[in-house]
Amino acid sequence: MTEYPWLWGGGFALVLITVLMGVAAWSIWFERKFAGRMQNRPGPTQVGPAGLLQPLADLLKLIQKEDITPTNADSFLFNIAPPLGLLTVLGGMAVYPWAPGDWVPANLNIGILFTLSIGSLVTIPVWMAGWASNNKYALLGAMRAAAQAVSFEVPLLLTCLVPIILSGSFRMGDIVEAQADGHWFALWPPGPGAVAFVLFLLCSLAEANRIPFDIPEAESELVAGITTEYMGMKFGLFYLAEYMHTLIASFMGASMFLGGWDGPGPDGLHWLVLKGLTLYAGIFWIRWTFLRYRADQFMAICWRIFVPVSLLTVTVAAFWRVYA
Amino acid sequence: MSPQWSAALAFVLVAAVVAVGTLMAARVFGVKARSKPPSRDLTYECGEEPEGSAWVRFHPRYYVVALMFVVFDVETAFILPWALNLGPRGGGLLLVEMGLFVGVLLLGWGYAVRKGALTWQ
Repeated sequence: MTEYPWLWGGGFALVLITVLMGVAAWSIWFERKFAGRMQNRPGPTQVGPAGLLQPLADLLKLIQKEDITPTNADSFLFNIAPPLGLLTVLGGMAVYPWAPGDWVPANLNIGILFTLSIGSLVTIPVWMAGWASNNKYALLGAMRAAAQAVSFEVPLLLTCLVPIILSGSFRMGDIVEAQADGHWFALWPPGPGAVAFVLFLLCSLAEANRIPFDIPEAESELVAGITTEYMGMKFGLFYLAEYMHTLIASFMGASMFLGGWDGPGPDGLHWLVLKGLTLYAGIFWIRWTFLRYRADQFMAICWRIFVPVSLLTVTVAAFWRVYA
Repeated sequence: MSPQWSAALAFVLVAAVVAVGTLMAARVFGVKARSKPPSRDLTYECGEEPEGSAWVRFHPRYYVVALMFVVFDVETAFILPWALNLGPRGGGLLLVEMGLFVGVLLLGWGYAVRKGALTWQ
């Protein structure tokens, strides 16, 4: 690692992104099956055994579609927004540790700040897409998306402060190590960690534009929101970015609040994967259970409940760190 | 550049290549229409021809939200280094200092709530 950092970072990225994209693609299959069972229908069955090849078929379809940029759109911003959206989601994984030891692409001492700062850039491609489309639905979606993303950014940052305070480090690896032997921040100290964990998950849903906070898309009121004018692979990139964002947020939650690779028996990647994917499946469950909040409702939820409560968790965590 | 930052940069670069490469693949494999009626490339507006441009002035309530965001985001930027220095030794003073800072901010937050800046009307 220390000898060839470029090779290590790049190679890690190549393997990790391939795996994550595979997981995200097949999680769409899983979600459709899951949603199907919840609604008493079979889900995809036609392509391959139990519809397992559906993601491949979808990918082929998306990649073959004609790529149209509307004449009225700002073509540069319009075309740069989808890859930028995916990049802001993927870039944050550069500091994420996967197993004890050196299994991290870049072991930055400000790791969590790096992830948060790259993650908060996600507002920009979304807004870019909505504005550049020159479409009223897209603009409405983008306006609401920007308002939502910057609002939920505040409680998201504050909840991330709880593990930072309790572990006394910005390094992702240190935060996980501080929870060794079952001292997960979601459980111990009692209170602030658990509340912050729930808030973190909800804010991540809002940042990833998932139900119950999928305001930017809101297909029943805004046609398809920011993705109205996008087709083929450009739409596919937005779709993929949304799933990747949710997946990555689940793993971040698992590392920051649920002890990462710590678990009964030998520690390792298997515990992290188990926790991350469980949270991920939980988010699907939320998606197919709850309705979308109205634009004014989520603003009220964020500024009147999430912000003061997350400040409270930070206060309690700080007192715990100093006096306990 | 330290090796850790080189690795992080390499990671981000590969991510960028993957993101752009997917689009390039779609460019190569995508079908191209032989005939292009002029209405085809218009923006979507329920099948009608779009009425004017969508680049218009917008409701100012979004400005208030952005303002609130800047206030609280800068606050978080101040809290971050503070959080790192918290500890059993000398932590009490730090708590008092941050309590004063956040207290002032919460007063502002309360004022914004009373003024209705956080309700969408």
